[in-house]
Amino acid sequence: MNVAVGDALPEQFHTPDNVQLMLYNAALWNGHRIHFDEPYAKEVEGYPGLVIAGPLLGDWLNQVVELWLGESGRLTKIEYSNRAASYIGETLTAGGNVTAVEGNTITIEVYIKNEDGDVIAPCVATAEIIA
Amino acid sequence: MSLLTPELLANIGRESEPKREIVTRRDIRKYAIATNNPQRKYLDGDEAPPMFHVPLFWDVVELEQLSPDGVSIDPLLPKFPLHRDMAGGLEIEYLNPIHPGDWLTSTRTLTDIYEKKGRSGPLIFYEVIMEIHNDDDELVIREKMTRILR
Repeated sequence: MNVAVGDALPEQFHTPDNVQLMLYNAALWNGHRIHFDEPYAKEVEGYPGLVIAGPLLGDWLNQVVELWLGESGRLTKIEYSNRAASYIGETLTAGGNVTAVEGNTITIEVYIKNEDGDVIAPCVATAEIIA
Repeated sequence: MSLLTPELLANIGRESEPKREIVTRRDIRKYAIATNNPQRKYLDGDEAPPMFHVPLFWDVVELEQLSPDGVSIDPLLPKFPLHRDMAGGLEIEYLNPIHPGDWLTSTRTLTDIYEKKGRSGPLIFYEVIMEIHNDDDELVIREKMTRILR
């Protein structure tokens, strides 16, 4: 695998619906109402809609790196933060750019963007090239 | 004035009881499907995708242990003066792969509590480090979680 600083990862798009969000939180045993009880999310917590779970965005950051690496590399470390909430109905974009290559170790700046183009989950990933 | 009393800060360093869980193909499949993962090895449950440790070690609590908003109280945490808990971020090191049939043991430690001024008032941050070992005593995953209370 030839990797150079500035290489862009192919973007991935996610438009989760209520069913996916429910199944995700059920897989975790996460009963937080902001993810499935719309009147509660809006009236009690003041959100504009059902909140997409923070670690689900984290998973998509991992996925966009792994899909780009394929069998040629291994994701070894990932660090991200949830900067802003996102809501059911939005389409989110995951992508990234290679920022450093040192021997077999590469550093990638990864992101989840909302439809306004704001980075709502910035991330840095480290991977080892194995082939 | 700081929200963080010496009594509260004295909880830094507190450790949870180890939790032991078995990895099943069925649980891997459910997680891979729910996260839209397109990779066949994960959809078939042959190997666990990154972040599979999140559902595996999420607290399985009984209904009466959930607060009215549906959140489980983390027994590792002290009683904070702020209550609305938000995802902050994760730092995860992947050291060894996870397969169905693996028994994994996690230990969590509350490693930091600090305060910052937010736009709409004070925020409390706390950090929990989780270390996950397999039965060969190899470290499989090390995770630092940061969460924010407002």
